[in-house]
Parts: sequence; structure tokens; C-alpha cells
Amino acid sequence: MIRFFLKRLALTIPTFIALMFITFVMLRLVPGDPIEVRRGERGISPERLAQLRHDMGLDQPLWKQFLDYANALLHGDFGTSIVSKSPVLHEFLTLFPATLELTITAMIFAIVLGVPAGVIAASRRGGVYDQALMGLALTGYSMPIFWWGLILVLIMSNTLHLTPVSGRVDLIKFYYQPVTGFMLIDSILSGQKGAFMDAVRHLILPMIVLGTVPLAVIARMTRSSMLEVLEEDYVRTARAKGLSWTRIVGVHALRNALIPVVTVIGLQVGGLLAGAVLTETIFSWPGVGKWLIESINRRDYPALQGGIMLIATIVILVNLFIDMLYGLINPRIRHAK
Amino acid sequence: MSMLEIENLTVEFKTGSGYFRAVDGVSLQVDKGEVLAIVGESGSGKSVSMLAVMGLLPWTAKVTADRMTFEGRDLLGLSANDRRRIIGKDIAMIFQEPMSSLNPCFTVGFQIIEALKEHLDLDKAQRKARAIELLGLVGIPSPEQRLRAFPHQLSGGMSQRVMIAMAIACSPKLLIADEPTTALDVTIQAQILELLVRLQKETGMGLVLITHSMGVVAETAERVSVQYAGQKVEEQAVKELFRDPRHPYTAALLSALPERAKGRKLPSIPGVVPGQFDRPAGCLFAPRCQLATELCHTTPPPRLDGALCHYPLKDGAPQNHPGLKERAA
Repeated sequence: MIRFFLKRLALTIPTFIALMFITFVMLRLVPGDPIEVRRGERGISPERLAQLRHDMGLDQPLWKQFLDYANALLHGDFGTSIVSKSPVLHEFLTLFPATLELTITAMIFAIVLGVPAGVIAASRRGGVYDQALMGLALTGYSMPIFWWGLILVLIMSNTLHLTPVSGRVDLIKFYYQPVTGFMLIDSILSGQKGAFMDAVRHLILPMIVLGTVPLAVIARMTRSSMLEVLEEDYVRTARAKGLSWTRIVGVHALRNALIPVVTVIGLQVGGLLAGAVLTETIFSWPGVGKWLIESINRRDYPALQGGIMLIATIVILVNLFIDMLYGLINPRIRHAK
Repeated sequence: MSMLEIENLTVEFKTGSGYFRAVDGVSLQVDKGEVLAIVGESGSGKSVSMLAVMGLLPWTAKVTADRMTFEGRDLLGLSANDRRRIIGKDIAMIFQEPMSSLNPCFTVGFQIIEALKEHLDLDKAQRKARAIELLGLVGIPSPEQRLRAFPHQLSGGMSQRVMIAMAIACSPKLLIADEPTTALDVTIQAQILELLVRLQKETGMGLVLITHSMGVVAETAERVSVQYAGQKVEEQAVKELFRDPRHPYTAALLSALPERAKGRKLPSIPGVVPGQFDRPAGCLFAPRCQLATELCHTTPPPRLDGALCHYPLKDGAPQNHPGLKERAA
């Protein structure tokens, strides 16, 4: 298992190098640079412009800029934001818990509803449940996130007054210092009455919006994988043992059917971290996604490069973890030399 | 009364273009401690009829029978839950593909113990002991370690042994073996057959052996039922069948055995088994039968002398056959 892990870890190195290169080049391809974006309508003198460019190292040849950036990165330095002048790593770590909280709850929402929905649909193939669930899943998958978010806000918040429109917690009623950065945990730690429920109410809509697409993907994937597995000889063997249908589906078939689903879940986590950009913008969720969007508008190269690298690192780590999980579910992989 | 009694069993599969009849009016009896072989080529409905007994057919299958009883209990009338108490306990089945018949995600021990847990009242230690005993019984070396093995760590022969151990876990009264040796190589085939016969003798269970190999039949069975295109065309004790086959199909099968072939070329039966759309009106074997007459092509045959034939053979010669009469005259 350890050898398997180390091998996987080694395989991530080329990914990182490619990633570093691509983010750097892509950002330079976007028209404008941090100075141009900030100099305003009235313009500044060419000398001042050249001075600012020189200060930020933007007058250096591109290959040298890249090497400096790569060198700093290898020493663990993610750079300093041009806008806020604070270290990118620090900014990221301050904002990331909000994104992580949203992503984790959205993923739990998607898995908890998606896997059973797929299993039910598969075991009633062609029936009413199957068609209703898969129809819903397709609708969910096709829904544009920003539209879906707005509709939910309109119905749940504006009309029914069930949930707040935006933010993570009601800052007028509750105030406490972040400890973990996870609002659900911090609200409990604060000991203030009602704070936790308030945080939950704030979280529900963004969670549903962000979780809808993965929910649909997981449900459909579970269904098709389950259908395939139910045809397998070993399911017939399980039936020949006289096991109950629940046990055949829930134990014998599900374990095998989950193998591709776990892969999809891993890929979805990456999608969620990126998809959080839209959701965070709709709900004014102070997370990494919103920060990245703002950084793009300001051409904040270090913040963007650092932020993307950090998110990519997390996506890679999640996929590494999924690979490990894969080995746990599927003994054939665990034993492969 | 026999242990397993099947009368006029018919299985039809719903397809896009109507019903396909895979089993057509088959009747069978199996007694305690008896070895019955069901022989036939692919598509003759031999597996399907036994899967119908086990209740393992997909929902697209329509199963009807005048009678299908096990120890006097009507299998078709039982609720799914009551049937589960018989399946896997009193009637067990092993399959053709041992490698894919074991669940790749669970250890051998888990899969054997699961069957014990479902049907028998044993505690954890007893179940484990029984599982080890079972693996020993089917000739798996160091059974205690093998409990922790995953199916992909076993060879085909070993997998089939595990399948057999799993099937006999609850000491069934009837074991159905569906081509248990087809997927294995020849030396292993002999070992597995030997194992099945030994277990059958030791435990006194009934054994239904589905096969397409006459060699396997000769070595193991006491009674043989020959199926063709979903129908039982002949049933006899094994010695009589080999000595004096009644149905032209059986005779053709036997003469295709290499050890019985006379000429330089191995005889074969021309043509193929009829499918859904080219089912003959009369005898199903008529298009491939060298003795077929006009009557054979138009009228379904009666059951004469234990064979489903208008002119059953006796000592190699068809009885009352018009063509041969003419030739004799």
C-alpha cells in the first residue's frame, strides 16, 4: 500500500511542472497587465509607468519571469498579492475554509442523495422511479448554476422567507472570531445560542446549488454502473445463495458498482472547487472562488498563479486520496504489483 | 415421490419480436442420491430449465409448469422469501465460469461464511470452522490461509472448488452443476468431476449435471436426459443410452464421439439448432435428421419408448419407418 502511494505521489510531479507552466503562460496571454488595469482613466507618465513595471519585475523577459516564479515556488514562496500586498498563501488560507466548507457539504449532499437514487433507479430499471429519478437528474445536470441559484433565492428567500439571501452567518446577530474558519464549527465553539442554526440556514442554498450537478452525475453514474454489475455472474451466485435482494444489491452489487462512481466523485471535487466560483459569486460567499474572480479583474498575477497552484494542489491531493480509496474498495488494485 | 419433480416446464423469454421459447414442455425427476445428467448442445435449454428451478431467471422470462415441486413443496407457488429459504440451502447451484462467479470485492471466506450465516444457526467461531472444513473438503490446501484470499488470487480450478464449497456449505439435498468443467482445462476438468462425484457419494445428495460432453456423462451419471431445442428428446439410464440410443439425435451425438467414429472423418450433425423464427412445425430435429419423413416435418412427434420421435430407434434401426420398409421390400 505504501509503495502504491509513493508511486502515485511521484506521478504528480510532472503534473505540477506542466501546471506551473500553463498557468504562467495563460495569464500572460490575457491582454493587459496589473499596471495597466490600475493606472486609471487619466493616465500616468511613461517614466512612472516604466518605474512601476520595473518594480514589479514586469520589464524582465518572460523566460526570466517564469524562472523567478518557479524558483520562488520551489522554495515554498507563493508570492505577494499586487493588490493587497499580503502573502498569497496567507490570503488563500484565510478564504479557503469557506470554500472547503461549501464544497464538502455540497459533496456530502450529492453523495447522500445521488448514490441511493442511482441504486433505486437501477433496481427498478425502466419503472416509474427510474424514469422520474433519471429525468430529474438530467434536468439537474443541464441547469445553469447561476440561473438555478437565482431561482432558489427567489423562491426560498424572497417568497417563502425560509433562508437568507447571502453570506455565511447573520453578522448583526452573531459575531465571533474565526477559530477553524468553518462557520458550522465556529458557530458551535462560540457558544452563542442559535448561531449554528443560522449558519446552517445560510449554507443550505449554496450547498444545494453547488451540489446539484455532482448529484446528477453521481446518480446517473451509480445507475449505469449498477445496471452493469447486476448482470454479472457473481450477482447470480449471490442470488443462488438465497440472499435477500437488499443484501444482493447493497453489498454484492454496490461495492463493485462504486468503483467507477468513486472516480467520478474525485473528478467532481475538482469541478466543485472550480464551480464554487459561480456559487460564491451568487451568494456573496467569501471564499477562494470569489477572490480568484476579483484577482482576474485586477490582473493580480501572483495571487492568480498562487491561487490556481494551490487549488490544483488540492485537486491533485483529492485525486490521490481517491486512488487510495479505490484500492480499498477494489482488492485487485491493492494487490497489483 | 421424487425429490425434485418437474412436469411440462416451459420457459419463454420476452424479446423485441415476441416470445422465444427456450424450454418447451420438459419433464424431469430427480431422486435423493441420484446423478442425473442433462445433455444437449448450446441453446438446448438445459441451463435455463435448471435456472428456472432455482428462480434465477431474469424478469423477462415467463415460467410455466404443470408441476414443479421440491420435496412436495410447489416451488412456483412459494413467495420470494419462502423460496429463498430453499434456494442455497436445500438446492444449490454452481456455474460454468468460476472466475466471474465469485465476487471480486470480497474474500473467499466472506463469501462462504455469508451462505452459512443466511441459512444456518451457527455462531461466529462455528461458521469459521465450518468454512475451513469446507475448503478442506473440496481439496484446497492450507484452507485457513485461503479464507483470506480474494478471488483474483485463485486459479480457475481453485475458484470452482471454492464455488463447490460454497454450494455444499449448508449440506444441500440437491446440487445443480451447470457445465462445471467447461471453462477449465482438461486435467482440472477430471479433478473437479471426481470431486463432485466423491462429494455426491459422501453426502448422498442428488446431483444434476448439465453438460454438453458425452464423456462427462459416461463417467459420472446414472441417468441421462437429452435435450434438443428446449425439448427433452430422450431419457434413459446411462448404460442403455450408450448401448441403444432411441432418438436419432442421441444416436448422432454418440456417433460423433471420437472413440466411436468409424471413418477417417469425424461425423457431425449437419445444420444448426432452430432459432426463434425458423422453428419447424413438426419434429424440431427433422431438418437435421437423416431419417426424417414427410410426417416428421409436419406433425410433432409422440413420445415412444422414452424418445420424442415418430420412428424411435431400436438397436440402431428405426421402427416402422416407411422408407426403410420400402427398401427392405
